[in-house]
Amino acid sequence: MGKFLARRLLNYVVLIFIATSFAYVLAATNLAPRDYFEQMQPPPDPELVDAQLDTLNLNDETPLAQRYATWMSGVLSGDFGQTIQGGSVTDQMLMKAGVTLRLIVVATLLGSFMGVVIGAYAAIRQYRAFDKAATGASFFVLSVPTVVIAIVIQVAAVTANDLLGIQFFRYSGEYTAGFQGEWWEMLINRVYHAILPTLVLALALFATFARYQRNMMLDVLGADFVRTAMAKGLTRRKALFKHALRTAMIPTITYFTFTFGMLVSGATFTEKIYAWQGMGAWLIDSIARQDVHVVAAVSFFMAVTIMVASLLSDLLYAWLDPRVRV
Amino acid sequence: MSTSTDTPTQGTEGQAPTVSPAPSRFKDILHQLLGTRRVIIGLVMLAVLALVAFLGPLISAWGVSERDYLNMLQGPTPEHWFGTNRTGQDIFTQATAGLQKSLLIGLLVALISTVVAALVGAFAGYFGGFTDRVLMWIADLALVLPSFVILAILSQHFMGASGWLILVVLLGGLSWMVTSKMVRGMTISLREREYIHAARFMGAPPRKIILRHILPNMSSLLIADATIMVSTAIIGETALSYFGLGVQPPDISLGIVIADGADFATTAPWMFLFPTVLLVLLVLAVNMIGDGLRDALDPATKSRR
Amino acid sequence: MSIDTIEGTHPAPGAEETGKAPVLEVTDLRVTFRGFNSNPDVTAVRGVSYRVHRGEVLGIVGESGSGKSVSSMAAMGLLPDHASITGSVRLHGEEILSLDDRAMARKRGKVISMVFQDPLSGLTPVYTVGDQLAEAVTTHDKKTPKAKARERAVELLDLVGIPNPENRYRSFPHEFSGGMRQRVMIAMAMANNPDVIICDEPTTALDVTIQAQILELLRAAQRETGAAIVMITHDLGVVAGFVDRLLVMYAGRPVEMGSVDEIYYGSRMPYTMGLLGAVPRMDLERQGALVPIKGNPPSLTDLPPGCPFAPRCPIARPECEMAEPELLQVGEQPSAETIRATSEEAGHAPAQVKDTGERRVACIRSGEIDSNAWTAQDIYPVPDIAEFEGYSSDREQRADMLRVRDLIKHHPLMKGAVLKRRVGTVYAVDGLDFDIREGETLALVGESGCGKSSTLMEIMGLDEPQRGSVEVMGRDVSTLSKADRFALRKDMQIVFQDPMSSLDPRMTVFDIIAEPLATHKVPQEEITRRVYELVGLVGLDPEHVTRFPAEFSGGQRQRIGIARALALEPKLLVLDEPVSALDVSIQAGVINLLEELQAELGLAYLFVAHDLSVVRHIADRVAVMYLGRIVEIGDTDSIYNRPSHPYTQALLSAIPVPDPEKERGRAHIVLDGDLPSPANPPSGCRFRTRCQKFLTLSAQDQEQCTNTEPQILPANGGDQGTACHFAEGREGVR
Repeated sequence: MGKFLARRLLNYVVLIFIATSFAYVLAATNLAPRDYFEQMQPPPDPELVDAQLDTLNLNDETPLAQRYATWMSGVLSGDFGQTIQGGSVTDQMLMKAGVTLRLIVVATLLGSFMGVVIGAYAAIRQYRAFDKAATGASFFVLSVPTVVIAIVIQVAAVTANDLLGIQFFRYSGEYTAGFQGEWWEMLINRVYHAILPTLVLALALFATFARYQRNMMLDVLGADFVRTAMAKGLTRRKALFKHALRTAMIPTITYFTFTFGMLVSGATFTEKIYAWQGMGAWLIDSIARQDVHVVAAVSFFMAVTIMVASLLSDLLYAWLDPRVRV
Repeated sequence: MSTSTDTPTQGTEGQAPTVSPAPSRFKDILHQLLGTRRVIIGLVMLAVLALVAFLGPLISAWGVSERDYLNMLQGPTPEHWFGTNRTGQDIFTQATAGLQKSLLIGLLVALISTVVAALVGAFAGYFGGFTDRVLMWIADLALVLPSFVILAILSQHFMGASGWLILVVLLGGLSWMVTSKMVRGMTISLREREYIHAARFMGAPPRKIILRHILPNMSSLLIADATIMVSTAIIGETALSYFGLGVQPPDISLGIVIADGADFATTAPWMFLFPTVLLVLLVLAVNMIGDGLRDALDPATKSRR
Repeated sequence: MSIDTIEGTHPAPGAEETGKAPVLEVTDLRVTFRGFNSNPDVTAVRGVSYRVHRGEVLGIVGESGSGKSVSSMAAMGLLPDHASITGSVRLHGEEILSLDDRAMARKRGKVISMVFQDPLSGLTPVYTVGDQLAEAVTTHDKKTPKAKARERAVELLDLVGIPNPENRYRSFPHEFSGGMRQRVMIAMAMANNPDVIICDEPTTALDVTIQAQILELLRAAQRETGAAIVMITHDLGVVAGFVDRLLVMYAGRPVEMGSVDEIYYGSRMPYTMGLLGAVPRMDLERQGALVPIKGNPPSLTDLPPGCPFAPRCPIARPECEMAEPELLQVGEQPSAETIRATSEEAGHAPAQVKDTGERRVACIRSGEIDSNAWTAQDIYPVPDIAEFEGYSSDREQRADMLRVRDLIKHHPLMKGAVLKRRVGTVYAVDGLDFDIREGETLALVGESGCGKSSTLMEIMGLDEPQRGSVEVMGRDVSTLSKADRFALRKDMQIVFQDPMSSLDPRMTVFDIIAEPLATHKVPQEEITRRVYELVGLVGLDPEHVTRFPAEFSGGQRQRIGIARALALEPKLLVLDEPVSALDVSIQAGVINLLEELQAELGLAYLFVAHDLSVVRHIADRVAVMYLGRIVEIGDTDSIYNRPSHPYTQALLSAIPVPDPEKERGRAHIVLDGDLPSPANPPSGCRFRTRCQKFLTLSAQDQEQCTNTEPQILPANGGDQGTACHFAEGREGVR
């Protein structure tokens, strides 16, 4: 068992390595850090630019293989190089990863929980008012891009604040700049700022899960084992919740892996629009700055999260379904 | 074989003389589809939107990037049906032209990704073993590759008249993986169907079995999935364009128009509202068709209705 | 939860005339499923009445779609909301049809319980069997402490014969075999000592030896609880020895009702008569052709006014189509004139009479049948099947069609869906020897998991086997070039079990039958000619060639499959359980067709089956497989009359015979336990772990069984060989 787990983890490491390397090579060949410096005002001395690029290991006159080797040897010891402005990528990555993960984890838990509950209940009430409302709502949400949801909620918050005359909804940043107070006041302030962006992400996830869970639930509603449970004296409702729902959760767990990629890119847009200093916003800014190392680091982060999500859902699957336990 | 010589021996399949028009499966599906309200509404909506997308820029008095310096940042008027933006460009013309591009991108991406997914999935599932491991490893890798990063890095290549086609190829090339895994799973179960064994035992080569038996038998799901892919691609393109990483000006897409309008969402709502409504309607229509198709074509869901 | 108080206290109203109150009384039950999306409504049950008393066993027999299961589900309150149910179901005299789900749940599993057909999907996969069993106890008595419920569950597991119940309590359903799961289902049904147990095809999904175990267990359960049992089945053998009274259903209505003997020995309804005549009999040496019932059961969406069986009935009269006959005693049916006179009154639905225990028949000619004492052979046209006259009568003189020597197929045993890995080897086929000559039928029989299908796949693949050799038409397949192999496929074709999945649903019948021809590059005009020829040969309507498989019934689809297999004019046809998915009346037609084709075309058949009755009917020689090996092989009569291997003996003994008297007198050998895993077969003789003979042997003899693998040696003289150290001649089934 341990051996097989190790083999799977090794496969993950290889995939992450290849994905990160690929992103580095793509970024190094397509982005132009030299332009970033040459466009500065006043135009710097070309020799100075070269020197700067050399310190950063970004000089396009150095062979790609050599730059890659230098960079990769740093990565292997935990150093993702420097940003184009000279800061440590690793330090910033750790900070920004926290911001993104906070958003993703909370939204995932919230969205999937709501989705599963509402989807399952809709299946039980198939073709009744609740089902129609839930299905209609999730269908509509799925048809609206996350970007649009994010903007619309932001606009709604602005309008509401204007009407109320106070800053009731917070839609920009992770916390109020310069805010000072007790630790719990800081916490409340952060939670306050987190509500809207988390809601945006959770909404899309909720819709996906509600639809999927409804279908899975409908599949088991007529299952023989539900009938058996009823035949031994359970009411329909109890048989459905105890036997059907538990079984119908299993495929939803595997489905989670597939939605994760969507979630990560959704987080990118949300961060950018709500001015959170997370990985997604960092990526978009760094592409504009031709920052090769940051792009590679963000790719690394994304690959790791996807792998972790996949591993987690496998473990959950095995935990929920005795048939695949080893 | 000396028996039953009196059976009809003339005529080919098409002209077998006494054959009564048999109710075909196709008609059955069509009947069912037309019975599904969602599909009808979706189709009508899509048809109207397509009409708007392709006729809109033609009937409009304004060019896509033409500026009306007399009417800048103005609400809907008889002259500018959807109003103008801050440089005086006509929102109606921009939105319909953008709609057209978004629609084209969605259709093409869906086509590419579905074809790739079908082939990769079917071959991996049918052959199993080494082929399967290699193909699925590639799919896993493609899933891990941050597609958003790749598209963002390569966005500078989307310039020019046919630049959006590169975007289409990339979007398609980065979105086949999940479907291919589904196709693979179905192929593995189809492979054990007796009619596949029968074909194998009569000597049909694997390539023929895949193209003749396996893919046609999941075509309904592929069509439904492709439809959903259309909307996914439209949404993806919009998001990219919103950040300036998708279709590049002077080419236009709904994402660009929406991005322009987003900053004015409170002060000049028409700039944001009209293109956004068009986008949502488009995605909604496609989703309705795809969802209805899936319900009508997937035998597993048939029992649900 | 309140404990119900009805148990045996109030005598049911209307029970006075029999003096004994029925436990369950169903009167004029009708069930209609509303159609969605403009689909028509389906009336699955159209007036069913029966009653069962304590300790009585009532059989309900019918083919698929006859409404037998739906009627019992309706009685249990298990039908979905869109079913509308009318009539009356009384449990101990109390009307339960009108109860709401909560009140009904209190009855279910407590007073009335049910055993379902498919044990594989009947248990929730994510809970342990013990917990599910304990739940049956706690649901009805919430105050039961957990430990107590658990104790009871272990006790029940023990009662239904699960070995090592303490440990198996913690097993999940997927760790149990089908037979063991069905035992758990029975334990669940018995948990609260109910008064009625409804068994819905409880053994259909199981192998014969397991079926024998389960029937034995049900008998024991009935003795134990004294419950009334309603036994629903399509298998006329199972009911013959098990039930007291019988109800035969057709198209949602009972068509005949009476005691088992009355119906088996003197049916007065053409449908029942045909059904009994269509069953291949294992106990008859020369049965002759089976009675085929033409046509298919009617669709239940829009029934014509008359007797629903009339279109298929060989003795139907115009009056039969005028009004649906009532279920009346023989001789009470109205005369033809009366029917003609009354049928003018439109919408005449037959009234349902209460079940009073007498023999009743719904056929207007039942009086005639009775007075003339007609049998099925008298009223049904039975085909006369000739023998093929092209080959030498001496088997040794005939050419080899297939020769298999020491064939082996081992495949890796994988475990784990998340972390997939190899944990062992499945010895699916482990040293097989047999041959088939021209024009001969060899049946390969055995229970599921014995390696029959793996053998077929290995032979049909025409690849070099892992060990041993396969010779087709005298050519060793391992020496074939690619082109030779392709050409050889013409000579050997296959017909599959499942008529649903053996035809590509996307192709028309024409394309399906043409596919092998097109693959072998036959010119287009020739293909067209040949397809129509084949369609006629298998008895399909040539007008139907442009239709899709979904539009055909199971029997017709199987005919299409046979036509496809015959397209390339093979000399050897491999038949993989070709009739096991079909209803009895349809099955008879396909078996007759296969026999006719063999006589006409001189084909050789390799017939794989688990149904020994069908095999006796069709095969010239039989090979009995157990865990990847042949344990006994020989000509059919020798094997059936003098089985010499203990497994063959048990197998034959386990099959119920559709003859009540014979069945009651038979002693069944009931084997212990399940088939061992082919990944870990026992040493020496593979059958010894379940062998009834092994138990009677001395320790020294037992050692021989444990250590030495028996080889096939001649037995009983003649064409019979047995792989048993202690083989004997034993009188077969009489």
